[in-house]
Amino acid sequence: MSIIFLILPVTLLLSAGAVAAFAWATRSGQFDDLETPAIRLLHDERAPALGDRGRKPDE
Amino acid sequence: MAPAVLESRYDLTRSVLQIAWEPSVAPLSEIARALDSLGYTPHPTHATNLAAEQRNGDRALLLRLGIAGAIAGNVMLMALALYSGKYAGMAAEYAALFRWGSLLIATPAVFWTGNVFFRGGLAALRTRTPHMDLPVSLGLLAGYLGSAANTVRGQGEIYFDSLCTLIFLLLVGRYLQRTHQRRSAKASDLLNALSPTIACLVDGEALREVPASSVAKGSLVEIRVGERVAVDGVITGGCSALDTSLLTGESFPVEVSVGDRVHAGTTNLAAPLRIRVESVGAETRLGRLMQSVEATQRERAPIVRLADRVAGYFVLAVLGIAATTLSIWLRLDASHAIDHTVALLVVTCPCALGMATPLAVSAALRAAARRGILFKGGEFIEELARPGTIVFDKTGTLTEGRLALVAWHGDEGAKTLVRAAEATSGHPIARAFQRSIEDSLLICTERQEHPGGIRARVAARDVLVGSRAFVASALGSTPVWAVNRARAEAEAGRTPVLIALDGQVCAIAAFADTIRADATASLAKLVELGFQLEILSGDDQRVVDSVVRQLGVPVPNAMGGASPEDKRAVIAGLRANGQRVFMVGDGVNDAAAMAAANVGIAVHGGAEACLSAADVFTTRPGLETVALAASGSKRTMRVIRIGIGLSLAYNVLGVALAVTGRLDPLWAAVLMPLSSITVVTAALRARTFG
Repeated sequence: MSIIFLILPVTLLLSAGAVAAFAWATRSGQFDDLETPAIRLLHDERAPALGDRGRKPDE
Repeated sequence: MAPAVLESRYDLTRSVLQIAWEPSVAPLSEIARALDSLGYTPHPTHATNLAAEQRNGDRALLLRLGIAGAIAGNVMLMALALYSGKYAGMAAEYAALFRWGSLLIATPAVFWTGNVFFRGGLAALRTRTPHMDLPVSLGLLAGYLGSAANTVRGQGEIYFDSLCTLIFLLLVGRYLQRTHQRRSAKASDLLNALSPTIACLVDGEALREVPASSVAKGSLVEIRVGERVAVDGVITGGCSALDTSLLTGESFPVEVSVGDRVHAGTTNLAAPLRIRVESVGAETRLGRLMQSVEATQRERAPIVRLADRVAGYFVLAVLGIAATTLSIWLRLDASHAIDHTVALLVVTCPCALGMATPLAVSAALRAAARRGILFKGGEFIEELARPGTIVFDKTGTLTEGRLALVAWHGDEGAKTLVRAAEATSGHPIARAFQRSIEDSLLICTERQEHPGGIRARVAARDVLVGSRAFVASALGSTPVWAVNRARAEAEAGRTPVLIALDGQVCAIAAFADTIRADATASLAKLVELGFQLEILSGDDQRVVDSVVRQLGVPVPNAMGGASPEDKRAVIAGLRANGQRVFMVGDGVNDAAAMAAANVGIAVHGGAEACLSAADVFTTRPGLETVALAASGSKRTMRVIRIGIGLSLAYNVLGVALAVTGRLDPLWAAVLMPLSSITVVTAALRARTFG
């Protein structure tokens, strides 16, 4: 059972990794808008204008 | 250098320089370089981006919530091992590992993700206002210190799982609340939205467009037809009709001529005007009005919410019981006295109490939004739930806000001729003719619009449409029947318009602003809910009286002829008398009054400034939504009370267990989420605005 002395820190490290991933996702704005993406596919797609190419849609 | 820059203004407080320059003389880069050489390196300004600020706040809270959740989950897993170890037996070294592990990860949860509660608790102490954060931080601190001491000692109870769950659940409530909160209005934004930023300056013979804020006092500006006035001033040339509804709420245009004063925010309807400027920007009447809106909003005492009021008594009660428990157990069994007191403070930590309001409110806000009612914050639901005096604006609120043809006396055949004569005009009377008479194929061959009326030639006949004074001066005289009829209509609160064909008065049309279809039913419902009705209008008293008669609902107080400043004063007076006042309006003239009221409600189609000053606004036309807002708020308040009652019941149970020394961490860990789940279910299942 002494393996638990190893497992516990490893588990906590894994959780810390998940938290870090969540922090990254939050900071990069992935949770800013949870509604529009779901209905975006209903909008007609417009071919991007020449100057718009390579620009992110939310910028 | 100098000739390139036409105008410049320097704002010392914000360190902002505004220039208008002539690009053909010198490009902007050259001007910037010149400034730099003087020692003032210019940077382009960005208006403070409130949206970005709000977004960053949202992200920070979400991150906090996520971390609190992850820690709560992990601490709970370790607590599960500890609980099962307690019943099935567990080697001391493993128990120590889990206890130290819990302490390690609970520490950032309590002091980093939970520091919002400590900050709130400290602020509540400093300002001596009751707040929910006070009992929360008390419980958190006692629980953490007691558990940490027991971990170090290697014996006694630890409550890390309960503390972390508590922080997570309370942050969920806070997150929900935040996503519904909106920011309040800024006077400068309001002003920019209302008056144009460009004015047409008369410079010798030429006209030049300049920023409205840079116009000097005493200079001349021209206001073209259809334009909104950007400054306050006196007319030096021309005569026209002004739409002043933005400022006064009066539906009928005002005739103005040389020597009359005009205000920013009004619209020129008939003919170009020249104005000698008296004040610009924030010094105009509109500017001062908007400043008073902002000042009133700032001065408004924050609403103490029910949950916070309860929390005030709650803290006192908990501290009292804790002291009693400590003193009794010190005599009975001193070794367990601290443990039992810590257990009491942890279990009375008002998790469900802290969640009851945010959850019920955010569920209600969502339901209300589906029915077309937007609240700027949950506290206004609590305010609206208790009846008081509800004051209505007339034009655009109780009425449709536009003139309609309500009576026609005389020759019916003249209707089509009038319609053709008025076909292209933008005057409110002309618009009403266009809406209420069907278009014919008659063609108007000649048209002259004058202040007060119109002269046209349609189907080879002379058509004259206008006010009594206009027609009288054009014809030389008006028949007695027409004068009497016109006077009677004016007495009844309608606007009479005379129609003459080939120099003979042949008909009289009467115009009025009609009442909204759902007004009577909605007002009756509000009376039923216990509200007292009042009307406060900028329109003529006779018009107000006629509206009250048509409503058929008892309105004890209906006041006409009130300027925006009067309205604000009346509302402030009512509040000074200790009444709870709600203001319902749609125009800029109501904005200051709305800000002064307990709750300002803007109805559908209101001006932008009015929306910013309002605490509640409806997105559907009519007054039905106002009645629904009041009744829904009342139902929401009942849900909140039930939630608070439920959580207090759980607390009483916890206190009973803790005082008798029978509360161990397992009980605390079960009671806390159980009470929250009950409260959440009660809040989400309730019908409020639905």
